[in-house]
Amino acid sequence: MRTVLTVDDSASIRQVVANLLTNAGYRVVEAANGAEGLKQLQAGGVNLVVTDLNMPVMDGLTFIREARKLPTGKGIPILFLSTESDAVKKQQAKEAGATGWIVKPFQNDQFLAVVGKVLR
Amino acid sequence: MSGSLPDPAETYRQEAAELLDMLEQSLLDLDHRPDDRDLVDTAFRALHTIKGSGAMFGFDSVAAFTHEFETAFDRVRAGLAPCSRALVAAALRARDHIRGLIEAPDATDPAVGDTILSALHAAVSDDAAAPAPALPPTAPESASASPRTWRICFRPGPDALVNGTNPLLMLEELRGLGRARVTALLDRVPPLDAIDPESCYLGWEVMLETAAPRSAIEEVFLFILDDAAVRIEPPSDDTAAQAEPGPAAAIAATPDLAEAEPPSVVPPLRPGRSDPDIGRVGGSLRVQAERLDALMDRVGELVICQARLHQLAGAGADPGLTAVAEEIGRLVSELRDTTMGIRMVPIGSLFTRFRRLLHDLSRDLGKPVELVTSGEETELDKTMIERMADPLVHLIRNAVDHGLEAPDAREAAGKPRAGGIRLVARHAGAEVLVTVADDGRGLDAERIRAKAVENGLIAADARLTEPEIHQLIFHPGFSTAREISAISGRGVGMDVVKRTIEALRGSIEVTSRPGHGTEVTLRLPLTLAIIEGLLVRVGRGIYAIPLSAVEECVELPPDEASRGGFSLLSIRGALVPFLRLRELLRTGTAPDPYQKVVIIAAGEHRVGLVVDQILGSHQTVIKSLSRLHADVKTFSGATILGDGTVALILDVAQLLEIGQAEEERGRAKLREAA
Repeated sequence: MRTVLTVDDSASIRQVVANLLTNAGYRVVEAANGAEGLKQLQAGGVNLVVTDLNMPVMDGLTFIREARKLPTGKGIPILFLSTESDAVKKQQAKEAGATGWIVKPFQNDQFLAVVGKVLR
Repeated sequence: MSGSLPDPAETYRQEAAELLDMLEQSLLDLDHRPDDRDLVDTAFRALHTIKGSGAMFGFDSVAAFTHEFETAFDRVRAGLAPCSRALVAAALRARDHIRGLIEAPDATDPAVGDTILSALHAAVSDDAAAPAPALPPTAPESASASPRTWRICFRPGPDALVNGTNPLLMLEELRGLGRARVTALLDRVPPLDAIDPESCYLGWEVMLETAAPRSAIEEVFLFILDDAAVRIEPPSDDTAAQAEPGPAAAIAATPDLAEAEPPSVVPPLRPGRSDPDIGRVGGSLRVQAERLDALMDRVGELVICQARLHQLAGAGADPGLTAVAEEIGRLVSELRDTTMGIRMVPIGSLFTRFRRLLHDLSRDLGKPVELVTSGEETELDKTMIERMADPLVHLIRNAVDHGLEAPDAREAAGKPRAGGIRLVARHAGAEVLVTVADDGRGLDAERIRAKAVENGLIAADARLTEPEIHQLIFHPGFSTAREISAISGRGVGMDVVKRTIEALRGSIEVTSRPGHGTEVTLRLPLTLAIIEGLLVRVGRGIYAIPLSAVEECVELPPDEASRGGFSLLSIRGALVPFLRLRELLRTGTAPDPYQKVVIIAAGEHRVGLVVDQILGSHQTVIKSLSRLHADVKTFSGATILGDGTVALILDVAQLLEIGQAEEERGRAKLREAA
């Protein structure tokens, strides 16, 4: 079973993402910020990361940059959640090493389609 | 994940309340410390989350309002506007408004919201912050039902793989859209030692035949579309796009080529392409033989030059040069084969000449003769055929004159009155065997021996084996015919035959059974000019061994390596004598720790040659040795290597002979010891 790590300081977003992915047959692990996310990632076994960019303690960009330095973080898809207006953020996130993004707000099927696009 | 999940909307409300408190706290602090970046960031993050989550849980009015709020505040965060008191005041009001929108959406007045937003925007600048550009709208496509061919060039950046982009999935997705022909673009792949295994050097070009609109193709590359990593060329005009011989065609052709013929550096010599039209003076072109010789000469020089290029390319690390060198290597070897093919003539043309000869011989000697030929289609270099003609005439004359008995004697011996002469040609590896056989009386060993003693060729008490006695007929000045006839027996025949054949790098063997006949076999190389050679190193010298004679290469067992002199090697049960070329060539250097044995063979004889190192195969352009070296036995010629040095070509026939002699001596010693 594929494991998805969702990193978000918002518990509600984590919950929605978790519900969605669990129902679609993924295993989900959660982290409330980048630092926690790195710990989860370091533990290994994560196939996909969905992360927010605005987070306390360690923001999303730093998290992505650090994640790409981990052996367990290299090569796996990292998606970030972004609002449509974040064109600059998108570019920054991609430069940090993100694979793609999911535009907030999202429809369930859109979300799963993007996940399916990078993880098969 | 627990079984019963709380209502996300309720979770959001709680979360939003916390965030709004945080926002309020930050704003109040900002009133005192307007330059504190951390406070700005915290406030911004709170707004961002409220907006993002709000939209997801159906709090659209919250999301819309917060979006505006956020846009205005973003200017402060970006340093474009100061965090003024007016802003803080407006922001606090905005915060209260959001709270109202979440907790009692029906009780809030949108007009109030608008006023607050105006105040906010006014506080950050004269102009409201322009909303960031949205995703470029996908071009509307008229959904054409008929499939069209798109050309998609896709070059992910070097860090694409680390960043989780999976090109394979994208190509699969493209294949899902229609018929896709995918070609990998390899031009950015560096030499092996410069490759970073985590980097992506490949690109792909896809010719996609699909009815799907452009947006569907763009969807595939969603995340990398704006990185200039993807170029999607629309089908300008279907036929034009198809016929365009762009790089796609050229690149696409390359793997096919590679499949058809893997780029081997030195493909083996392909002997005797039988094209029945070549050589027949008829539906073909007559060319002066000298021109063909000149062409062959140039090809020979080209082969040497190519060897140099190959060496240069191998020494450097330039993949472009290597590719060109391999291409040229392939072309040169094809050119070599083609040129040799032009020079190949079926031996049948020679055989027909002998019909007339036999007819005349038969009439003059009063011996009816029946000629049987086979292998007329066997092809040989034209020069070779021309030079073979005279020796063959000698052999046939000898066979009829000396070999065949008179008709009455044949009848008495229970043979048909007509004598049988067989002319047979056939391929054996890179050699051609031509046999002249008769069913006559066979060689008279006693008479040959007596004659040899009489002529002082051997001592009267010499102990010779039957094959050795047979060999005496090739000795200069040997003739056994009692009376000198006009046909043969002048004693100038067989030795000349032998010399001529050896000059062609061939060998001659005679076998005979008394009463049953004699068989003379000429063993000739296919061509005089270029052979495939195995390069070996002995001491400091490099030598070439004709590859056609090489049977296999094995390692010299360590216990044999330390011993000297004659030895036998067990190769799959058979004992093979071996020669230490180091001793034979007197290299005077220390032997390599792991010496190799090259097993060479001709006919049934096998000999191992101990060398220091096997270097590999080499297209050997044969240069003959000068007249000064005419007596050199061990070498049959020389060749020029890629680096310009000269390698001597080992004479296989001679080495086999030496090997045989060594073996005899060794066996004799063993017998003595026993």
